[in-house]
Amino acid sequence: MRLITHNMLSSNIKGVTNGFPLRIEAEKVVEKEVDFNPDFLRNMFSKIEWKALTDASKALGYAELPEETEPSMLESELFLRKLHHALLELHLEEGALVCPETGRKFPVNKGIPNMLLHEDEV
Amino acid sequence: MAASRPELQAPPEIFYNDDEARKYTSSSRIIGIQAELSERALELLGLPGDGVPRLLLDIGCGSGLSGETLTENGHHWIGLDISESMLNIALEREVEGDLLLGDMGQGLGVRPGVIDGAISISAVQWLCNADKSSHEPRIRLKAFFGSLYKCLARGARAVLQVYPENLAQRELILSYAMKAGFSGGVVVDYPHSAKKRKEYLVLTCGSASMASATPNGKGEEGDSGSDEDSSEDEDTSVSVSERQRPRKRQKLSKKVKGKEWILKKKEQMRRKGNKVPMDTKYTGRKRKPRF
Repeated sequence: MRLITHNMLSSNIKGVTNGFPLRIEAEKVVEKEVDFNPDFLRNMFSKIEWKALTDASKALGYAELPEETEPSMLESELFLRKLHHALLELHLEEGALVCPETGRKFPVNKGIPNMLLHEDEV
Repeated sequence: MAASRPELQAPPEIFYNDDEARKYTSSSRIIGIQAELSERALELLGLPGDGVPRLLLDIGCGSGLSGETLTENGHHWIGLDISESMLNIALEREVEGDLLLGDMGQGLGVRPGVIDGAISISAVQWLCNADKSSHEPRIRLKAFFGSLYKCLARGARAVLQVYPENLAQRELILSYAMKAGFSGGVVVDYPHSAKKRKEYLVLTCGSASMASATPNGKGEEGDSGSDEDSSEDEDTSVSVSERQRPRKRQKLSKKVKGKEWILKKKEQMRRKGNKVPMDTKYTGRKRKPRF
């Protein structure tokens, strides 16, 4: 699972008011190269929750992203390359995603998070 | 093809076990069909043709057959499926999209307004089955459409290719989509062919005025109607939005139904073996208005 997906996921458990972001417990992280496309990144930028991304990125071992951003950074190739790397090239292969409110763990195996809710969580 | 619908045999996570999943994904016929359906769904999504990759959802992504079409068209996607076996095959095929093991009837769990478009190929009708006692279909349909509506960006579309068991099921699915706030309608391709007939729910997130008219379905000869005139033809598309109701048969000047269309239909009938009058210079000639 890449961080672009993690940045979009929220805990769906019944009764949870704010299930975003899910905390990451990383056991195995893999890097895979992806084609760089600045247009896509600029398009996505407004949708990204920045703090969630920087926290998640650090959890996966990549701490190069700036803490704060401003629109002019979208013109900087250096920034875009870092964003590209964090968003699309880091994969959480094994570990867990943790609901921020309930602490419930959603296991991640072979890169696939198991988001199936139990009967009493629906 | 199985004698009865898969949906009547077992819940999807049981029906699509390792064997079935592998069979499904190695059938060249199925691969071909899935690719076709996915291309058509992507077309119906109506994404801007600016070459910018979008972030899409593939609901019921299975072994990644449909997702591969999205990748080929340059998009990033997140796939959701309930069958581990199917997802394992997707991993084997090294699909580019991220995969989630999840149940769409429990809600998609994606945060608001972030998705540029969603497709679903041959999956949503599974929601209509009550597999477990707690799986009341209506609750699941509500959770699915509610969460889908929420996660789509304004003006974004969801295109769901479905195989409803009957008309009542299709209406049920559509009604929950409308209740969630979607506007849109059903596009039917090849409505007259039992084998080729395919249905797509084309739903837009946003007010009815934001949605452009529901596209036309494809006819027998594959003349795709990408022009935006809303068809009153009950065969091909049913536009369901707050203000419009399909009016009873009205005489419209249909660009589609000219002499060419008539000749094609007659040829079709001949191929079926029906008795058809010969084509003459009078065939499809313009009649006087009083006719």
